[in-house]
Amino acid sequence: MNIHEYQAKDLLRAEGVPIPPGEVASSVAEVEAIATKIGGAVVVKAQVHAGGRGKAGGVKLAKNPQEAREVASKILGMHIKGLPVLKVLVTAAADIASEAYVGIIVDRAARKPVFMVSPAGGIDIEEVAAKTPEKIMKLPIDTRYGLTAYQASQLGFFLFSDQKKVRAAAKIMQQLYTAFMKAGCSLAEINPLVVTPADEVIALDAKMVIDDNELDRHPELAKLRDESAEEPSEVLARAANLTFIKLDGNVGCCVNGAGLAMATMDLVKYYGGAPANFLDIGGSSNPEKVVSALKIITSDPNVKAILFNIFGGITRTDDVANGIVTATKQNPLKVPIVIRLTGTNEEIAVKILKDNGFTAMTDMDLAVQKAVQLATSSVTPSTARGA
Amino acid sequence: MSIFADGKTTLVVQGITGRDGSFHAKQMMEYGTRVVAGVTPGKGGQKFENKVPIFNTMHDAVSATGANATVIYVPPMFAADAIMEAADAGIKLIVAITEGVPVLDMTRVYPFVKEKGARLIGPNCPGLISPGKTKIGIIPGRICAPGKIGVVSRSGTLTYEVVNLLTKAGLGQSTCVGIGGDPINGTSFIDCLMAFEEDPGTVAVAMMGEIGGTDEQEAAAFVKKHMTKPVVGFIAGQTAPPGRRMGHAGAIISGSSGTAAEKIAAFEAAGMGIARRPAEFVELLQARLKSKKNTQAKRHFASAARKKAARKKR
Repeated sequence: MNIHEYQAKDLLRAEGVPIPPGEVASSVAEVEAIATKIGGAVVVKAQVHAGGRGKAGGVKLAKNPQEAREVASKILGMHIKGLPVLKVLVTAAADIASEAYVGIIVDRAARKPVFMVSPAGGIDIEEVAAKTPEKIMKLPIDTRYGLTAYQASQLGFFLFSDQKKVRAAAKIMQQLYTAFMKAGCSLAEINPLVVTPADEVIALDAKMVIDDNELDRHPELAKLRDESAEEPSEVLARAANLTFIKLDGNVGCCVNGAGLAMATMDLVKYYGGAPANFLDIGGSSNPEKVVSALKIITSDPNVKAILFNIFGGITRTDDVANGIVTATKQNPLKVPIVIRLTGTNEEIAVKILKDNGFTAMTDMDLAVQKAVQLATSSVTPSTARGA
Repeated sequence: MSIFADGKTTLVVQGITGRDGSFHAKQMMEYGTRVVAGVTPGKGGQKFENKVPIFNTMHDAVSATGANATVIYVPPMFAADAIMEAADAGIKLIVAITEGVPVLDMTRVYPFVKEKGARLIGPNCPGLISPGKTKIGIIPGRICAPGKIGVVSRSGTLTYEVVNLLTKAGLGQSTCVGIGGDPINGTSFIDCLMAFEEDPGTVAVAMMGEIGGTDEQEAAAFVKKHMTKPVVGFIAGQTAPPGRRMGHAGAIISGSSGTAAEKIAAFEAAGMGIARRPAEFVELLQARLKSKKNTQAKRHFASAARKKAARKKR
């Protein structure tokens, strides 16, 4: 789960990380009031789950509250990488002498969280890693012992030579690590970590990604989810306990299991089509889940054909068949449907479908080819030319 | 032959009285798996299906039955602890089916299990099956058949799809292992490839990977360097957008790394067979087995000819 910069900063402040004062606002009046309260120059920053906010014009400096109001009026409501900006962070501007990068990610190969620090901060760390890997220090952490004092100081010395700054940085490493572990993050970064002309070390930006699997343990963090920043169909799917990701194609896919769902999307492409979504109805699927899944798929106007691909292991294919019958009785389909199912209770499922006017297929390749063909042939010549 | 588990394996089911645990315990017993104990704290002394003794702790279960493997169906928040309890009780094969285990939990569990000398498979996996001998987990027994193909995969239903096709084509399996879809898991592709290479009952391997991480790339390098048996690979998620978690917690392209293209290129570089769709596994495995037999035969004749020539010289 992504959280916004202002939320990440709140979590880091709680651990003592020095961060300039700031508050979140969703209207220009609020922006002006916060800027007045802070006094002096402020930075107005778009709060969206997208990188490259600065380049997109979503981060602006303002010398006074009136100017803050003006820049906020431009940022609020703008779109960055397709996402609407509904909130801005208004924060005190800081003078910068130098910028560094500090981050922790869970490294899959090391099976540990790994600290990454670089004196070349403020820019894309992937770029630094690709072009000048010697400027990055990586340090895997054994979570059974945590970040030890000597490790924190090792990281500090990689960034700075001045003892006072090294100590300040080491302390921030400890605080960042504590926040990372407490929230159950898969990523936490401060970019940039800034040295001011007065030699103070402070965090100017923060990013945290929380492991979805931790949210049951942290209901207070689950509340940080900003559903307005997400695709509405994905919010609906989560409420129905489905994993759904919207894509640009026209073959709506409904599959059980993530691997098979991906393989089905790939096969759609292999046969010349384009998947409209990723949708995993999960292992023990009941008919209600299928009803929700069909509702979500058919709400996408791009969908020209629907493809079910079910391999019944734990999933009972008759449950899926019943779901399809119920859903289509409630909301008759306007696009063709191809149903492929095989496995547990297949004979019952085929009979249920047959009794309700559907045909079931058993071969995955043939079903995908048919769905692609139906989706393609239903495209009118004018849109086909347009595409 | 098989890897990791066979007919001699004696199994504990952790969470045997839960919804999933009880259902699958029955399925495993029907398949012939030697389920010797169950563990549910507070239900010690009872019996599962009037047959299998239930214990409060893993230590009790292991000391009473001498079990050497366990399968875990406990809820995600308690799974890490269940894994450590099993390793601490001396179990050497731990199969964690549970989906949704926090990744940071696994960063503590993995080194613990290693230090105890146990093998962990999963979490978030369908388990393993050595057809005709034993099944540990949730892979449906009826789609498998005993044979000589080793199967290893990060997914569940995609594995069933492929195994089903193999069985129908007469390609039985030595062992099918689902290593799980999480970013941190106990057993990697390489661990399985190594075991299949050493297993005299396996002649070729089918490997199903997916986007995210570098496990497949490392596996490909291993195949090139160490495998004499043919390996055919598949990668799911060629159409997946970057930065999105595709169901499995580990199936995510981060930045530009972990893409399907990158993994397929690694397979190609290793000279592996590449199935572009699940159904291609059958023909590719058949072709590789045939050509392997031919080269083996050629080698045999060549060495026989050399020997003959050497004899003539003398």
